[in-house]
Parts: sequence; structure tokens; C-alpha cells
Amino acid sequence: MSLFLLNIILAIAWAALTGTFTLAGLGVGLVVGFFALWVASPLFEENGGRYFTRVWRWIKLVVLFHYELIVSSLSVAWDVLTPRHRARPGIVAVPLKAKGEAEVLLVTNLISLTPGTLSLDVTEDCNTLFVHAMFADDPQKIRDDIENGMERWVREAME
Amino acid sequence: MILEIVLSVLVLLGGFFAFVAGLGILRLPDVLIRMHATTKAGTLASGLIMAAVALGLGDSATVARAVAIVLFLLLTAPVAAHMIGRAAFRAGVPLWETDIDRTADEKLGVLPELARRRSEGPRR
Repeated sequence: MSLFLLNIILAIAWAALTGTFTLAGLGVGLVVGFFALWVASPLFEENGGRYFTRVWRWIKLVVLFHYELIVSSLSVAWDVLTPRHRARPGIVAVPLKAKGEAEVLLVTNLISLTPGTLSLDVTEDCNTLFVHAMFADDPQKIRDDIENGMERWVREAME
Repeated sequence: MILEIVLSVLVLLGGFFAFVAGLGILRLPDVLIRMHATTKAGTLASGLIMAAVALGLGDSATVARAVAIVLFLLLTAPVAAHMIGRAAFRAGVPLWETDIDRTADEKLGVLPELARRRSEGPRR
């Protein structure tokens, strides 16, 4: 995590030296600093590997999440605006591999915002998540989608 | 010119999704399906409008606030939907043609008499 600190210091330095102490200036500094660190990565122990892959995975998580949010809003809009209800709702039990409350919170929140699924409840021991699905013809497919999609991206990002 | 077009598209799309979320509450058949409409379309709607505000005004105080608003919405909207859905499920609110996982009532500790209410309730 010290590389993260270094990146922030570089961002502040960039903003101070270019005289643009604004959000945009800090943002540009953060990006420039990240690339400077990345170019210099052979100098750090283990090539600073974990920091760079983690940043990459967070970006992947954020981008994929926005994509899924847009897709899900469109599918909801379609179901609301067309006369027939296509929904075949169901409540599905999904075994959770995510460990710790923070990971479970992130997974459940993201599930609620992605297509067709809404987190309903988690068992006391955080092992099983019950989701309400709009299209529950095939419960096993929903389980696989969550496990190989959102949950894996979150676990990769949090490690 | 181009900025104005982008801003208009963002605001109109945001308005459209907010409308869909509101209409969804009226039209969709049961409480859990309605939560789908409010969380997803509602969050996207506010996100789009906040993006338009941040792009249009552009000073850092506004951008910071817009970003904070979107972050808090992303955190709180699913939690609110989760609590409402959970309360509805535990209270045995009747659900529209829903296949419920057989272990759900037992694992979540729903009281048997409330779970029975769900299956006896009126269906549309």
C-alpha cells in the first residue's frame, strides 16, 4: 500500500508544481503519477506487482459495473414500458465464497444494481445469499453468473 | 455547442429513467419486482443528471459534490432496496408467480405462520 501513498504524494506534487490545485489537477496528477510509478516498476520489490494489478482490477470492476447498470436499467425500462410482463420471478439461493462483511456488502450491493437480480437477504453466517431474480427459469445459471461475474471481480479487487 | 448537446442528452436520459422508475412502481406486479425498477433505473437516472450537473457547471466544488452524491446513492440505494425486500419477504407479502427456493424460509428464519400467509395470499 505504500505505493498508493507514493502515488498520492506524486499527485499533490504535480498539482502544486503546475499551479492547478483543483480536483482536475489532482486527478491528472494521480494518473500521471501512476504511469510514472508504472514505468519505474522494476525498481520496487516484486516489481510493485500487487499494486498495479489491484488498480487494474478496480478499474475493471468499476467499468464492468457501469456497463451492467446500464444494461439492467434498459431491461427494466423495457419491461415497464411494454404491455406484457415478461418476468418469471424466483427466489434463488446462491452460495457465497466472499469472506468478511466488507466483501459481502460490496457483492450484495453490486448484485442489486446489475441485471435481473436483487439481493434479498443473507443468512446469519454470511454463507448463503438469497437473490430475487426477474428471470429465474434456470436457477443454476443465475448462481454461475454471480459466482463467475460480480463475485469473482470483487474478490480479485479486494484480495 | 457539442457540450450543450451532450448535456441535453444526459438530462433527458436521466429524466427518462427517473420516469421509468416511477412508472415501474405503478405498473409492475409485486413489491420485489418493483424494487428492481427503483434501484436500477432510479440510480442510473440520478447518476446521469449528476454527470450533467458536473459537466455543465464544471467548478471543483460542484464536481466534488456531484461525485459524492453519486457515491452515496450507489451505497445506499441497494441497501434500502435490500431492507424493504427483506421486510416484505419476512412479513409474508404475497408474491406474483414466484418460484421460491425451498430452503429460503428455514434458512432465513421466517416465522412459519407468516410464510403460510405468503402462499395463501391473493394473486393477481
